[in-house]
Amino acid sequence: MYDHLETADHPENLKRVVIDPVTRVEGHGKVTLLLDDDNHVRQARLHIVEFRGFERFIQGRPYWELPVLVQRLCGICPVSHHLAAAKAIDQVVGVDRLTPAAEKLRRLMHFGQFLQSHALHFFHLATPDLLFGFDSPAGRRNIFEVLKEYPDVGLEGVRMRKYGQEVIRLISGKRIHGSAAIPGGMNKALTVEERDFLLQDIDTVLGWCRNALALIRRIYLANREHHERFGLIRSNFMGLIRDDGAFEIYHGGLRAKDASGRTIFDKLDYRGYTGILREEVRSWSYMKFPYLEALGKDNGWYRVGPLARINNCDFMPTPLAEAARQDFLAQGAGGPVHGSLAYHWARMIETLHCAESIRDLLHDPELLGTDLVVHGERRPEGVGVIEAPRGTLFHHYQVDENDLVTRANLIVSTTHNNQAMNESIRQVAAEYLDGQTITEGLLNHIEVAIRAYDPCLSCATHALGKMPLVVELMDAGGGMLDRLQKRADGTVSR
Amino acid sequence: MAGLLIFGYGNPSRGDDALGPLFLEALQERLASSPRADVEFLQDFQLQIEHALDLAGRERVLFVDAHLDCPPPFRFERLVPLRDGSYTTHAVSPQALLEVYRRLNRGEPPPSYLLSIRGERFGLGDALSREAESNLQSALRFAEALISETTGTGWDSRPSGPDQKYGFSLA
Repeated sequence: MYDHLETADHPENLKRVVIDPVTRVEGHGKVTLLLDDDNHVRQARLHIVEFRGFERFIQGRPYWELPVLVQRLCGICPVSHHLAAAKAIDQVVGVDRLTPAAEKLRRLMHFGQFLQSHALHFFHLATPDLLFGFDSPAGRRNIFEVLKEYPDVGLEGVRMRKYGQEVIRLISGKRIHGSAAIPGGMNKALTVEERDFLLQDIDTVLGWCRNALALIRRIYLANREHHERFGLIRSNFMGLIRDDGAFEIYHGGLRAKDASGRTIFDKLDYRGYTGILREEVRSWSYMKFPYLEALGKDNGWYRVGPLARINNCDFMPTPLAEAARQDFLAQGAGGPVHGSLAYHWARMIETLHCAESIRDLLHDPELLGTDLVVHGERRPEGVGVIEAPRGTLFHHYQVDENDLVTRANLIVSTTHNNQAMNESIRQVAAEYLDGQTITEGLLNHIEVAIRAYDPCLSCATHALGKMPLVVELMDAGGGMLDRLQKRADGTVSR
Repeated sequence: MAGLLIFGYGNPSRGDDALGPLFLEALQERLASSPRADVEFLQDFQLQIEHALDLAGRERVLFVDAHLDCPPPFRFERLVPLRDGSYTTHAVSPQALLEVYRRLNRGEPPPSYLLSIRGERFGLGDALSREAESNLQSALRFAEALISETTGTGWDSRPSGPDQKYGFSLA
């Protein structure tokens, strides 16, 4: 692949281009490119420059606080952390199976979270590139221009997000910081009135999801060769799977497939993940590099998230999404689909599946059940795994006799994709930037490759007063050859 | 629907990023003895595009957020819709949210203001800094006086912070 571009020989003799921060992704990441005198790319790296300290944040806390507390790790996907922690704490309180009503409420909440998270990424972060072009003027690549030129598309995206948020609010009782999931079950039942409120709009939401899917399909196929090649890497894939091989995002076993679609392992109990995964530390990034132990660190890296889930499953358990999956896989000529931009298409198939699943659950009488909590015997340890919008999310806790967490290990979705994102930007750098005069539009190609994964590079700090984007081209002696600055109003100047 | 929406945002577990949510909680406590039906409170981690839908039908909106480099203790300013780069994260600025409102509704957003409270540290698990706590108290006193005006006419001529400057300053 492109691993020869991870570390250059004699970097001190090369020019350095820095993209800092990477835009339209969550959190703070930085890309560095090293170029020789002829502008040939010799090294490309995505660095995560903020130490997150999740585990330190969790250790020493009473275990029952965690489902609420961990929502503060990420303002974009608090529900994912909430549910992963709740599943781990279920284990701690000795509960292996929830009541039907409790499990269905958690699933409904999870589908609502997927819907809003995927809608945000697609409409707010991805469509500016996809609709206007990767090297269109920077001032054009934003949500405002989408709302101006494609008002119906933009409005549907906003309303899809709102609907997903309403699902979460009605189940947890609050927009944020909800205490929906508790050890062994759920905090409150859904009322008939709340159910009916959500039912009012679900068919409309389904229509929006179909429109979004049709849009990404049309965009992708309109320039098929380019979209297939852009950021193209071949990888293994990993994710949860239901016992019967169906697409599954709340609870199942782990399945991994190799680049040609052969199964590496299947339906593994995720509580044994430490026997499957290893994480490598590299000096230039705060984010670890996981790999499948059986394949080793050179060949064992993998991808998670929408593309992995769609490639991995045998079928989607809802009819519209299944038809869309089959149509999508036809692009792969019998094997997995590997193009990085195919993530966008896969994401919209998942969004449609979530809307179908919300509709089905709202019509399920068990959803309104009031038997919500199960009790069991305390255990010293719990592992919870779910599929978050960005991919597989692990929460693992050890708890002492005083009910305090003594050890926490979290592997967030983006960490799994760390090597893949690096491979993708190297492919793009080699394919599009090599030997070229660097422009803002070309650098945006690098960011487009990263955005396809919808990474969450750090979680949910946000305050006013951040720095604008500055790209600098330095010579080997540290002198500045070129400089681009993107201001807060979106304008770019040299 | 309440005429005045007060929207405090930030992450309560990231040090001074908690200023927005803490402001909201403290103000609600202070107003508890004489509840105001015309005031609604909204809290979130960060601004998102769909929050534009929460602005519809309001007479005025007050956004409250931590700020890394405004002059301490706080800055109060009138907002205008702005197509900013929104270059950092999924989050959008309050000015950008007003622009989203404008494009979604094909009309002007309600008069909107930003109360930026100076923060110092934002690490996950950090406690609120002493400086931020002091700035928060100043901002609360300012806001109480602000919303006690029943007409709202003084919002555009209020002293912003202790330096007694009027009007709004550019971010």
